[in-house]
Amino acid sequence: MEVLSLLGQGFATSLTPVNIMIVVLGVTAGLFIGAMPGLGSVNGVAIVLPLTFIVPPASAIILLAAIYYGAMYGGAISSILLGIPGASTAVATTFDGRPMAQQGKAGLALIAAAVASFVGGTVSIVLFTIFAVPLADLALAFGPAEEFALVLLAFTTFVGLGGDDVLKTIIMICLGLVLSTVGLDLISGQPRLIFFDQPGFYSGISFLVLAIGVYGIGEVLHTIETTRDGQTVTPARLTLRELGAGIKLMVRLWKTMSLGSVMGFFVGMLPAAGATPASLMAYGIAKTTSKEPETFGKGNIEGVAAPETANNSASTGSLLPMLTLGIPGSPTTALLLGGMVMWGLVPGPMLFVEQPDFVWGLISSLYTANFAAVVINIALIPLFVWALRMPFSVLCTMVLVLCIVGGFAPSQKLHDVWLILGFGAAGYLLRKAQYPLAPLVLALVLGPLMEKSFRQTLISEQGNVLAFVERPLSGLFLLIATIFFLMPIVSAWRKRQDFRKLAPGE
Amino acid sequence: MQAADRLIALAIIAMSTYFMIHAAALPIGWNGATGGPGAGAFPFWLSLVMALCAGGILIRSFGKENFGDRFFVEGSIRPVAAIAIALLVTIALMPFAGAYVALALFMIWHLKFHSRHGWTLTGILTGGTLVFLFFFFEVTLKILLPKGWTEPLFIPLYAKFF
Repeated sequence: MEVLSLLGQGFATSLTPVNIMIVVLGVTAGLFIGAMPGLGSVNGVAIVLPLTFIVPPASAIILLAAIYYGAMYGGAISSILLGIPGASTAVATTFDGRPMAQQGKAGLALIAAAVASFVGGTVSIVLFTIFAVPLADLALAFGPAEEFALVLLAFTTFVGLGGDDVLKTIIMICLGLVLSTVGLDLISGQPRLIFFDQPGFYSGISFLVLAIGVYGIGEVLHTIETTRDGQTVTPARLTLRELGAGIKLMVRLWKTMSLGSVMGFFVGMLPAAGATPASLMAYGIAKTTSKEPETFGKGNIEGVAAPETANNSASTGSLLPMLTLGIPGSPTTALLLGGMVMWGLVPGPMLFVEQPDFVWGLISSLYTANFAAVVINIALIPLFVWALRMPFSVLCTMVLVLCIVGGFAPSQKLHDVWLILGFGAAGYLLRKAQYPLAPLVLALVLGPLMEKSFRQTLISEQGNVLAFVERPLSGLFLLIATIFFLMPIVSAWRKRQDFRKLAPGE
Repeated sequence: MQAADRLIALAIIAMSTYFMIHAAALPIGWNGATGGPGAGAFPFWLSLVMALCAGGILIRSFGKENFGDRFFVEGSIRPVAAIAIALLVTIALMPFAGAYVALALFMIWHLKFHSRHGWTLTGILTGGTLVFLFFFFEVTLKILLPKGWTEPLFIPLYAKFF
C-alpha cells in the first residue's frame, strides 16, 4: 500500500502541465524517431540528450523516457508500412506486419501493434512498480564489493547470452572500460592515457561523445550503406470501425500478449538481452504454441501482437536495474543513466531514499507516457505515412548537423566533435566486422563505477582479494558471472562432442 | 571479409599496445601501501586482454576458409566515404569559418549536390536549421557555437538578443 501512496505522490509531479506537455512532446518525437528506418530509441536518446539541457533535470529524464517509450511504439510503423524495421527491436514485427500490409490490412496491423505495445507497456510498468522498492531495498545493503561483482555480472551476460562472437564481445567490453579510464585517476589523481598530449583528454571521454559517435554518425553511415532508395510506403487508412474491430480481435489474443509482456519484462532486465531478443523469443513462443503455426509469416495478427508486447515490456524491464541498482539493462538505459549522472542524480538504491519525488515522478510518468503513446500513435498514423515518404538524405542531413552541434554543446570543445567523428567511423567499421557495440557503450558508462568499487574494496580490506568471495551476495554474483562466462566454452565443447558422435569414422 | 577481419584485429592489437605504453607510465602492479592495484593497472591489464583476444581472432582467421564475401558491398563505399570526408571538412572548417558557415556549406553540399534536391528545399532546410540552432543554443541555452571569422557579423545579433 505504501507503494500506491508513493505512486500517487509521483503522479502529483508527473501530472503537472509542464510535465504532461513534456511527455506528449517526447512521445511524439519518439514515435517519429522510432518510425524512421535506421533510427531507434538508442539513436533518438543519444541525439536528443544534449538538447535536454533546456529543461530541469527531472523533466529532462521524463522527456528522454518518453522518447524511449515513443520509439518503442514507433518502430512497428516502418516495419509494417515499409517492410524494414524502424529499429532492431521491431525486426520480428516485419515477419507478419509486412504481409498484413501487403494484403491491404496495414491499418489493422498498425492498430494491433499499438494495442499490443500498450498492453506490454502497462503490464511491465505494473511489474516495475511492484519490483522497484524490494530491489532497491535489497541494493541498499550493497557495498563496493557487491557493486563490483554486479557490474562484472552485467558484462558476463554479454559473453554468455549476447550471442555475438565471444572474443569480439570481450574486446568491446575491455575497450569501453579502458576508454572510461582516460582522464584523471579517481583515487591517486594522476593523469592517465592522455593521448598525444591533448588537453581535451584530461576531462575523460564522455559517454555522450561515444554514444553520439556510434549511434548518431555510425548509424547514419550504416544506413546510407544499407538502404537503397525506392522503397514503397504501403498506404494505410484507418476508420473508427476498423479501430473497434481491431481492438476486438486483440482482446482474443490476451494469452499471447500477457505471456509476451511478462517474458519481455524479465528478458529486458538482462543487460545482454533486451528488447530485440525478447521480441524474437515472444514471436517464437507465439508461433509454437499457436494452433495454426503455418499462418505465421503470412500475415497472422498474432505475429504482430507477440513481438510488440515483448519489446515494449522489455524496454520498461531494462529500466528496473538501471534505476534500482544503477546497472543499465540496455544501451538506451545506459544513456539515460549517463544523463542522470550528468545532471547530478546518481541512479541506485540511494535515489529511492534521497529523491523519492524524482523516482516516483519518473515511474508515474511512464504510465502517462504509455497512455499518451497509444493515443498519439493511433491518431497520427496518417502523418507517419506521410513522414515515411521523406527521403533519407533529408533526415540524415538533420541528424548529422544535430550530432555535430549536440556533441559540441555540453563541453563546448571541438575536441569532442573530433572524437565523435572518430567514434562514428570506428563504430561503423566495427559494426560491419560484427563487433557488438552495446557492450562498448555499457562498459564506458559502468567503467568508472567498476574500477572505483574494485579499488575501494581492496583499500578497505587492506588488499585482501578474497573479500569479493567472502561476502555472500558478492560471492553469489561472482558465481553467476563465472557461469555466464563459461557458457560459451561449455557450449563449444558440447558442439564438438556432438560433431564427434556424428562422424565416428574420423 | 577475411582480410578486413585481420586488418581490424591488427589495428586493435596496435591500439592496445599504444594504450599499454601509456598505462605503463603509471604503477601497474600491486600497490602495497594502499592495498590494491595502482592507477595504471586497470587500463594496462584490460588492454592486454584486448590484445590477446584480437590475437586470437587473427590466429583463428588462418584456420578458416575464406568464403570470399566482401567487406564492402559493390558501390557502397563511395557514398559512405563522401559523407565521412564532408564531415571531416566541416569540423575542420568550424574554428575558422564558424559553425554556421561550415554547417551551411555541409547542408548545401549534401542536399543540393550530393542528393540532388531542389534549391527551394535546400534553402528552407538550411536556413531553418541555422535559425533554430541560433535560437536554441545561443539565445536559450547561452551556449556559444564557434564563430571564427564570422564573429563580427554576430555582434548586432548579440546586442539584440542578449
